[in-house]
Amino acid sequence: MKVVKTIKLYINGEFVRTESGRSYSYNVAGKNTQFARLCQASRKDFRNAVESSKEGFKSWASKTAYNKSQILYRMAEMTEGKRHEFEELFMEALGKTQGEATAMVDSAIDTFVYYSGFCDKFHQIAGSINPVAGPFHNFTHIEGVGVTTLVEDDEFDFQKLVDSICSILTGGNSVIVLLGEGCPAVLGPLAEVFATSDLSNGTVNILSGHLDELRDYIAQHREVRSVSFQSSREDVFHDMKQKSTDNMKRMIPRHKKQKCLENILNFVEYKTVWHPVGY
Amino acid sequence: MTKKKTTKKAAKKTAKKSTSKAAKTKTPKAAKSVKKTTKKAAPVKTKKFVFDYDPAPESKAIVNIKSRYEHFINGEFVAPVAGKYMDTINPATTEVLAKVAVGDAKDVDKAVKAARKAFEGTWGQMSGSERGKYLFRIARILQERAREFAVLETLDGGKPIKESRDVDVPLAAAHFFYYAGWADKIEYAVPGREAKPVGVCGQIIPWNFPLLMAAWKIAPALAAGNTVVLKPAEQTSLTALLLAEVCQEAELPAGVVNIVTGAGETGAAITAHQDINKIAFTGSTDIGKIIAKAIAGSNKKLTLELGGKSANIIYEDAALDQAVEGVVNGIFFNQGHVCCAGSRVLVEESIADTFIKKLEKRMKQLRVGDPMDKNTDVGAINSKEQLDKIKALVAKGKTEGGNFHEADVKIPSKGYFCKPCFFAHQSASSTISRVEVFGPVLSIQTFRTPDEAITKANDTNYGLAAGIWSEKGSKIHKTALGLKAGVIWANTYNKFDPTAPFGGFFESGYGREGGLQGILPYLEVK
Repeated sequence: MKVVKTIKLYINGEFVRTESGRSYSYNVAGKNTQFARLCQASRKDFRNAVESSKEGFKSWASKTAYNKSQILYRMAEMTEGKRHEFEELFMEALGKTQGEATAMVDSAIDTFVYYSGFCDKFHQIAGSINPVAGPFHNFTHIEGVGVTTLVEDDEFDFQKLVDSICSILTGGNSVIVLLGEGCPAVLGPLAEVFATSDLSNGTVNILSGHLDELRDYIAQHREVRSVSFQSSREDVFHDMKQKSTDNMKRMIPRHKKQKCLENILNFVEYKTVWHPVGY
Repeated sequence: MTKKKTTKKAAKKTAKKSTSKAAKTKTPKAAKSVKKTTKKAAPVKTKKFVFDYDPAPESKAIVNIKSRYEHFINGEFVAPVAGKYMDTINPATTEVLAKVAVGDAKDVDKAVKAARKAFEGTWGQMSGSERGKYLFRIARILQERAREFAVLETLDGGKPIKESRDVDVPLAAAHFFYYAGWADKIEYAVPGREAKPVGVCGQIIPWNFPLLMAAWKIAPALAAGNTVVLKPAEQTSLTALLLAEVCQEAELPAGVVNIVTGAGETGAAITAHQDINKIAFTGSTDIGKIIAKAIAGSNKKLTLELGGKSANIIYEDAALDQAVEGVVNGIFFNQGHVCCAGSRVLVEESIADTFIKKLEKRMKQLRVGDPMDKNTDVGAINSKEQLDKIKALVAKGKTEGGNFHEADVKIPSKGYFCKPCFFAHQSASSTISRVEVFGPVLSIQTFRTPDEAITKANDTNYGLAAGIWSEKGSKIHKTALGLKAGVIWANTYNKFDPTAPFGGFFESGYGREGGLQGILPYLEVK
């Protein structure tokens, strides 16, 4: 008999059950058999994740661009190491063929590698030295907006999920991922990738749960500076936008494409510094 | 060994002696005693000279203020559909200058239709280089008519003529000149990607820099290929309407720039209009949130440049007189009606007393009064409403402890004026330390370490600007990295340039204006 596990939440570098003591069953695609049990994250779990993410942001933002690049590359390496686990998951839970599952993992690994190479370059493309009319060295420097929550697409697309996470991380932010209904079981191996890639605790947190339960808390939490809304539920996006206006959250709609600079620039702030020039 | 010891001791002794000597000569007591002895020797009373400035008024003759101003729609000045007008006053005298049209949803709709037609027709079809030439032309005409604009700006808004003449108008022209050059180089703004204009932009601007804000909004929008419907603030519509005349003079195609005047309701009609693709707003955080809420259900793009409570950090190694000058410029420039005003001074504890004394002395020298006088430093508060708001906040501040100091200056009995003032050593939770006053009111607090300075500076919902005063470059850069603000001035304050992006973090808004980054909100990247 197969041992069915409960996949735990990933908060502050640890695998924990929800404090609410709730779980739900995740079934194999097209069948009525259980694939795994998942924790149903509560408001308190989300708040814990934000607390941890604040610290994770400080640590991540202070790392050098070179170091960030290497850590993202490490994620590609760790995903490669877990290739079979991911493939089996996609075949068993989503009913993919071996070829499809392999392609899914390949494209996700490529996405990690793509953003790894961007960490130490996008500042040079999107930042600037500004020729002001005066004796000042004037430059525009880029930094992350801060704690970002990713509302994942409800239709599971592994590459897109990795793209969404990487674009937030590359921008210098920490991320709290709320997995969609598509394939929340990916939480297990994916969190293990982040847990073994030399990230500080809290830089990536991953939750499974229900968007409808958590959406108001995400929108209203003042410490969450940005939301990457990748779900197709446009009405929920507009509702969250409305509820987040009081804290002026940066609400980012669905990305149009993947592996591009724009996705990173959605999660940055520009800081212009005027430094005097003179004797 | 012994030799060394003795020499060290000797060195210490001499050092002690010299410091005690220096201290003695520096103490005011010692200075007084010297004076006394000289007085005994020659008891002649020295006459105290008071140097004052004669009035140096700028002439109003250059501006021809009409009795009534209409909307500028589709290249023509047209009367408002509902036939309503409002007064615009000179806040320095409270005299009515002119009547200005009040726009409603119907006027806005006419303007949006004109803008859409121009976007799909003339302007949309035009090459970038041709678009650029129109903008260059506008920049040049602004320069040629600079004095006219400066006088009108000061009459309508109350800011000192030296500021409208030396800051507002030249910068407005510079913005058009800078963005003119972008019009045929958009592909370099988004290298490797394709971009197109957003469409019709609704732009709502405040009363503190009326012409400059119009330039900040219109220039990048047009350079990127968009058309605009702009609403100036109801208190200060005149220079925007004079800019409309410049658009006519430059033969800008009809409908590219439309100006609808009015108050909040007119603005609401713009944000609510279905055929507007992007809203750009500069103003208070409260209104910014209302706008964000109003358009949250749509796919309109939005940039907001909102309020601030910016910190001005003064380290003990700063050139103190220069820092005092910078603090004065940071908070009293434009009567403190500046979103990025350095309204919170954080001064290192060891120099706080000296700093405050110097600041009090400097504030006494501020010339507050007739904005049309070329010597005036601090002009009129823009409106009675704003003056009442400032007075109410100061009154509240006075009940919350700390030391209140008001500049010992005279202000005119007529018009809306306010003496520059500061509150020192109030708690970080006090009203004046947290709320954007938008007036010549400063909060002063102290700190002991750079980390404390950064933490205190970041302890606000805003994140627009900050100042750092230090003679040490590495300290400036490290502090700048820690500050959560969109613009950071080191050993200077309130400097603006069309090439330098401006805008804030958090509740100070989204998006940037100025520079390469300032054109991005007006582009749709494919």
